[in-house]
This record gives sequence, structure tokens and C-alpha cells, in this order.
Amino acid sequence: MTDGFVTASGVSRHFTPSLPLGERIVAAFGGAVERRSVRAVDQVDLSLRKGEALGLVGESGCGKTTLGRMIAGILPPSDGALAIAGEPVMTCGASPRKTTTRVQMVFQDPFASLDPRMRIGDALAEGPIHHGLVSKAGAVAYVRDWLGQVGLEPDYVSRYPHQFSGGQRQRVAIARALAMRPDVLVCDEPVASLDVSIQAQIINLFLKLRRELDLTLLFISHDLGVVRHLCDRVAIMYLGRIVEEGPTHEVYADPRHPYTQALLDSVPKLVLEEGAEVRFKPIQGELPSPLAPPPGCHFHLRCPFAAERCAVERPTLRPVATGRRAACHFAKTDLNIITGSSSSPAVIASGAKQSS
Amino acid sequence: MIDRASPLARFFGEFRESRAAVFGLVVVGLMIGLALLAPLITPQDPYDLASLTLRDARRPPGYVGTAGFTHWLGTDAQGRDLLSAILYGLRISIQMGLVAGAIGLVLGASVGTTAAYLGGRVEAFVMRLIDLQLSFPAILLAFVIAALLGQGKWQLVAALVAAQYAYFARTAHGAAAAERHKDYVEAALSTPLPARRVVFRHILPNALPPLIVVATVQIASAISLEATLSFLGVGLPPTEPSLGMLIANGFPYMLSGRYWISIYPGVALIILIFAVNLVGDQIRDQLNPRLRR
Repeated sequence: MTDGFVTASGVSRHFTPSLPLGERIVAAFGGAVERRSVRAVDQVDLSLRKGEALGLVGESGCGKTTLGRMIAGILPPSDGALAIAGEPVMTCGASPRKTTTRVQMVFQDPFASLDPRMRIGDALAEGPIHHGLVSKAGAVAYVRDWLGQVGLEPDYVSRYPHQFSGGQRQRVAIARALAMRPDVLVCDEPVASLDVSIQAQIINLFLKLRRELDLTLLFISHDLGVVRHLCDRVAIMYLGRIVEEGPTHEVYADPRHPYTQALLDSVPKLVLEEGAEVRFKPIQGELPSPLAPPPGCHFHLRCPFAAERCAVERPTLRPVATGRRAACHFAKTDLNIITGSSSSPAVIASGAKQSS
Repeated sequence: MIDRASPLARFFGEFRESRAAVFGLVVVGLMIGLALLAPLITPQDPYDLASLTLRDARRPPGYVGTAGFTHWLGTDAQGRDLLSAILYGLRISIQMGLVAGAIGLVLGASVGTTAAYLGGRVEAFVMRLIDLQLSFPAILLAFVIAALLGQGKWQLVAALVAAQYAYFARTAHGAAAAERHKDYVEAALSTPLPARRVVFRHILPNALPPLIVVATVQIASAISLEATLSFLGVGLPPTEPSLGMLIANGFPYMLSGRYWISIYPGVALIILIFAVNLVGDQIRDQLNPRLRR
């Protein structure tokens, strides 16, 4: 796990809501007050090789954005360590600051991520000038070059963000991130707020830029189709934990975790085979409250294969095939690893999958 | 969505649509112009004691004085031409309002945005302190400070700023706190850019619209506050009489029928404040997103 280019080891992030005034007063006088915190990200291990594109997939509220923001150096982790090429992303201490420029972020909403009062030329040049990537005199040419790279007219340098459409703004945001010459790009649902036709253009832009610039990509999305198209590997998150991870085509073809299976089955499909039933099953039940996640495996309340053990023991993310890991007690394993009692119920899981 | 006009050009385009605001702006411009040109256009330097004669004292409007020109607004107890005195007074009142407003804006905006950026205990402490100050009437605070510092232009500016910066800080804090967690601020911080640059280049410009509104209101209120303090005798020294002092000087003669000595400076003050408020109201309406078309 530590040989990756981008590594997250044991990373957690807790959010503690501030207490109501009454309870704060009670606490100030030494009273016992229950403080509940949300474990948005709970002890996640993740690593990316250089040049790899990893898709991070999960439902809303599963912590994927929080994990992405920690890797991008916007949020300090509550626990654990993040590094890029062995270098920490943020300083330690009471008020952590981001120190590296090697990771940059593209945000979901291009209408919020650009300063409305700054010309885009200035917005793009600001970071590179500050970090000495380009001189003040050379900034205009540099910015024009990057606008060209993302498929925009170089003459747009003196425009304001409100003069662009959503897709163009996202291109500007991508250019701003890339102008810092990062090795790693964290993209937080960069196409979710765009029209479908524009989504395809932006995805193709990512494919082109990744090839040309040798970027390592962490692509956060809830859209399984987009991830399949763009990513080499995929990691599935559920309530703050990674439940399955592996090469994209293998995970999609043969999911080992019941949540991944359910997620793949819940995608409506347009093309139906002759005589086939509509294979579109929403996941049963509601996402549990992250303030009080269920004990053991977080998914056991909604899992069709849940056994008693699942309600008690947290499953570890363990290897299930070459380059694949899953966090399920009963996941089918191709490796010759003796894993105790997991052999027989694994048949349930795989058998159930075939029958579906 | 795609609009080629710059935000500033659009702003003036919309501003022109309000007749009252344009009227207000013209009046403010006219008064500033008259005040600036006062030494050139007034028939008399009202503070050149040699040019005054007590024979002309307390004459009604329209009186032709010994120096040969008509006193259109009458004369005061020392025989000064009131029109000249008002124009000189305007000069000082506008100057005080603008200087105090500008310093208050810079100080308040810095305090408010910095507190919003830092958050946590610093923010809580600073903002509660400002709330505490805002719970006292501005006039009381200004009065106490002006009385403690003594008479003088800069002492009065200090008193006005001390009384008013809290309004700017409150507004700047509210606007900046709303911007603080927007994506473009996080994007700038994650570049990474230094905090000072993010506060002053990204957060402050976006928190500016409500501050401009408060600035126009506060300039008007600084002018009236200054007039009040001068009227009460803790403001400017008699060598630099503002409108407030002119009103105070005429006050003893009000009941003896010589109304003009107090009334005309008062009318000038009201017109000035009214015009500034007309402009301020239009700016506020235009920058209020809920009233936007």
C-alpha cells in the first residue's frame, strides 16, 4: 500500500457539529454532554500509481468528496497521513496549510469555483506567478497557451466568468488547475452539473489531457458510465469506507461486494437484449444516518446476503484477486488464501449474482 | 447568460434608469463642486475678519451690504454673508464625511473580512466586541471620544471613525463569511495562495457591494454626526466652522425672528444628506439580489 505515487493511509475525517447554546453552557460548567460526530471518511487506505486514473464512486453523502478534498489539500484529515511521492500534502499542527502544488482540484460547480470578479486571465495567472512557474511578463502568453490546451479561444483572457457557458467555465477551471503544472488532478464530479452533450466533450478533454500531460487522476463521480469510460481502476465507497477496489472492467464485470453489485444493478440500461427483463433494481432501504452508522459492516442492513457476523464484525478490505480488494466477509476469492469461514457463504454471493 | 458588457457598464446603465438617483447624484455633484469652488465664487471670505462689519450683522435675506453686494441669504451675528459661510461650511462638512467614511470603510472592512476568514475564537471575540459597540448609540460614543480628544479636525475624524467603523465591520463580516466557504475561495487556498492574498484579492472584492451601500449611508450619517457634534460644541474649532456650527451660531436668534441664520445652513445640510441617501438607496436596490430583474 505504500508503494503508490499518491497514498492515503488510515485517513479519517470527522465532523463534529457545534452544540446548541444550552448544552455548551452545561459543558462549560462541567456537565456531561454527548458529542456525536460524523465519520465522513473512516480509516481509508488508498493508493494511486503514477499516471493512473482512479474512479471514486458512491452515493451522495458517502464521503467521496471529503476524501477528494483531503487528497487535494483543502481539508486536513482528522487522522492518518496523505502523501504525494512521499511528500505530505499539508503541514501538521494546529492550523494545517497546504504546501505542495503537485495536486490541484477541479470542482463540481463551475459557476461557484471561479471568482466572479476576476478576469479569467488573472485567475489563471495568479497561482503560477505566485509560485514562480512563469514571470509576470510571460503570464499572458502562458495563460493563452493553457486556454488553447483546454479548447478555448486564447482571446478570452480578458473575459469575466459570467460571460461563459457552463461547459466553457469548466474548461477554464481545468485550465486553472493545470496551469499549476500538477502531477495529480482531483476532479470532484466535474461533469455532474453539465448537459449530457457537454459532459462528453469534457470527458474527452480529460482523456486527451491525461495522455498528453501524464496526469494522475482521481475522478470522483456517482456516474458509473463516466468512470468506466475514463478510469483504469475504480474504488467504491459506502458510508465513509471503501468497500471494493480494483481494475474498472473487472469490477464492473464481476463485482465481489454486494454493494457494488447492487450499485451496478441500480443503473437503468437503455439497450435491452431480446426477451430480457428490465434489469433495473434500486438498492433496498435508505442510506443509514452517518451520525449513527450501523455496527459491523455498514451495509448489512441493506445487504441481501447479510449474516449475523456482519452486524458485529467490521470486514477488512482484503485481497480477493490480483489487484483487487473487497471489504465483505463473504466475498468470492480467486486467491489461494485461507480466510477461515468465508469459503461457504462466498458461494451464496456468487450464486446469487448469477441468478440475478 | 453570455453578456459582453462589463459589470461596471451594466451598473451605470441600470443606475441611469432611476430618475431620483440621477437627480441625487447631480445634486451631490453640484454641492461638491460649489464647495470646492467656494473661495472663487463667494463674494466674501466669511472668515476674513477684516472684511466683516457689525453694521451688517443679522440682516435679512436680500439686504445690500456696505461692501456693495447683496446678501441673498442674509447675514449672521458677526455680519458674515450667510451664502458664503454655507459654501465654506459645506466644504468642511463634505470633507469630514468623506474622510471619516473612507477611513471607516478601510478599517471596518479589514477587521470584518479578516475575522470572517480566521473564524473560530478570534472571529467570535472580535465580532462580539463590535456587537457590544453597536449596542451603544453612535452619537454617544462619538461625543465621548470627541470630548476626550479635544477640538480639532483629526480628533473629530477619529471620533467619527471610532463610532462608525463597527457598521462597516459588521457588514463586511457578514458578506465575507458568506464568501469564505465558496468554491472559488477554496480553489485559491488549495493552489495554494497565501491567506492575505485570498482575503484581499478574492474575498474582499466579492464582499464589496454591500459595503458600498453602507458607505453611502455612513457618509451621510458622518456628515450629520459631525454637524451634531459641532452644534453641541465638541466638534470642529470655530476657525473651521462646518454647517453644524453655523446652525448653532444662529440658534440664539431663532426666537427673535432672525430665522435665516440657523435655517439656511440647516436646509443646505438636509439637501446634502437627502441627495446622498437618494444615490445610496438606488445603489442598494441595484446590488440587492432579491430585487434584481
